[in-house]
Amino acid sequence: MSADLALTDAEQSMLSGDDGPAIALAMRMVTGVARATRAPRLLEITGAHIDSVVYYGQAGLDFGERMVELGGRVRVPTTLNIGLIDLLHPELSQFDAATTDAARRQMQAYVTLGGRPTFTCAPYQLAFQRPGLGEQVAWAESNAIVFCNSVLGARTNRYGDFIDISAAITGRVPDAGLHRTENRRARVVFDVSALSAALLASDVLYPVLGLIVGSETGEDIPVIVGLSPRTHEDRLKAIGAAAASSGAVALFHAVGSTPEAPTLEAALQGGAPDRTVVVSADRLRSARDSLGTAGAGAALQAVCVGTPHASRDELRRILAALDGARVRTPLYVNTARDILSELDPTGEAAALRAAGVVIVTDTCTYVTPLIREIRGLVMTSSAKWAYYGPGNVGVDVAFGGLEECVASAIAGEVVRDDGIWR
Amino acid sequence: MTASGAEAIATGRALHPGRGAGVALPIGPLSFWGGVDWKDGRIIDGHHERHGTTVAGRVLVMPHGRGSSSAAVVLAETVRNGAGPVAVVTRSTDLILLVGAMAAVELYGISCPILELEHDAFERLAALGEIPLVVECEGEVGYVHSPASTAIVAPEM
Repeated sequence: MSADLALTDAEQSMLSGDDGPAIALAMRMVTGVARATRAPRLLEITGAHIDSVVYYGQAGLDFGERMVELGGRVRVPTTLNIGLIDLLHPELSQFDAATTDAARRQMQAYVTLGGRPTFTCAPYQLAFQRPGLGEQVAWAESNAIVFCNSVLGARTNRYGDFIDISAAITGRVPDAGLHRTENRRARVVFDVSALSAALLASDVLYPVLGLIVGSETGEDIPVIVGLSPRTHEDRLKAIGAAAASSGAVALFHAVGSTPEAPTLEAALQGGAPDRTVVVSADRLRSARDSLGTAGAGAALQAVCVGTPHASRDELRRILAALDGARVRTPLYVNTARDILSELDPTGEAAALRAAGVVIVTDTCTYVTPLIREIRGLVMTSSAKWAYYGPGNVGVDVAFGGLEECVASAIAGEVVRDDGIWR
Repeated sequence: MTASGAEAIATGRALHPGRGAGVALPIGPLSFWGGVDWKDGRIIDGHHERHGTTVAGRVLVMPHGRGSSSAAVVLAETVRNGAGPVAVVTRSTDLILLVGAMAAVELYGISCPILELEHDAFERLAALGEIPLVVECEGEVGYVHSPASTAIVAPEM
């Protein structure tokens, strides 16, 4: 072990196996990363969100089941990300029996380790997983990481497979990267103040803006100026998910909307920006077109929304946009089982299903092959779905706003207002 | 094993211990998740310049990985299947690959050493192309040798 990393007596005991073999294994993982990042010490965390739940081969399943065999148990409140299958609606996913069994076992292993069976990529939409400003946590899943850092102001690095559960079992992370104030300073300014009021008022702007922010900043930290104060959380979610798909963005600031950016000066921590990018309507239009060129009138095979998982507000917007109509093209919406259970007693879930909406929980339509195999053109309101969907499930994509997606599902073809991008 | 810097082609920071020998595969950034077939190690990212080449048994010489943190589980899975690289040499600290390599040792006892080189040393190594290399990482330091020089310093192996 590097002499640079100082462990407390308690942490040394964890590493040496005094607290059991699962904690020792988890501590070897955490200290291995701490050494690589030259962290001087470990930090205690107050919560974790685990992405290791999704089955991508035997090694992931083996790690979860090894931790269970060794008697592992999370030490902090922990939520679980999506799995490969929808446990509540197993008839939706189409895998062979062996894959289904492995996917189920992997999800179960993390529940046995003490994870709460939320199976959502948007844990921040659940009241019990909202860490506060400055809180140290260990989150995995790129959109959740960027939301946690940016919108909640809690602090996490980009954790992922194996290390997320290791942090939850030890309750520790390396004191490095975004856990430290000085590393949260914005470097690149994105100025959107030249955009039209109509575009700024439209939900469809935000995922496209996120794509540009991600591809222009790479691993740097961006700050956006010119958005309305207190921009809606669903819009900030869309920016972050897109920026974490097209780039490696783990934190962005939005002046007047995110907690570490009451002012531009605060987001820059008093420094000067490395550069400023003025976002034009032209640039947005070409980013939007990069998500798929199918325009108004193109015939649709399916509509997929809810990537990241739909919020209560988004589900209610879908219901309002349906306005009693029934969809002609299948409309799939991913959400968390905990959010679905809130819309069951109100009758809203039943109303969505009566209109022909297929509600998917515990997984995402961009990783799970649906029983009604989709080929051809799929419309989505998610830049993340549009970015990964073609590679993962082999389809073409049309991109539009949530209300446009619903109108398109009703019409059976792409319905889109292109005038707004001028 | 006697690791020594005297006859090394390159010397750098050992991120993950172990020894691996194979033909170098210098490539641009690649995401194992969605970019490598975990069954046979073939590069399946259609946008990658070495699409179709396998990483199995090679010393991967790559500035850094790309994209999703699920690359860690795919690296571990290729190693489990005997379809992974035998060593990875990078130019910047890649925590995702490190975590995958650590998990592979914990689960299967197979080590895929990871060596981090300074910018210039990395570029010089990458420029040597697809030649046989031995990577040895122990403690804080790691070395890249040609197979012949390793045989001389470690005849007992």
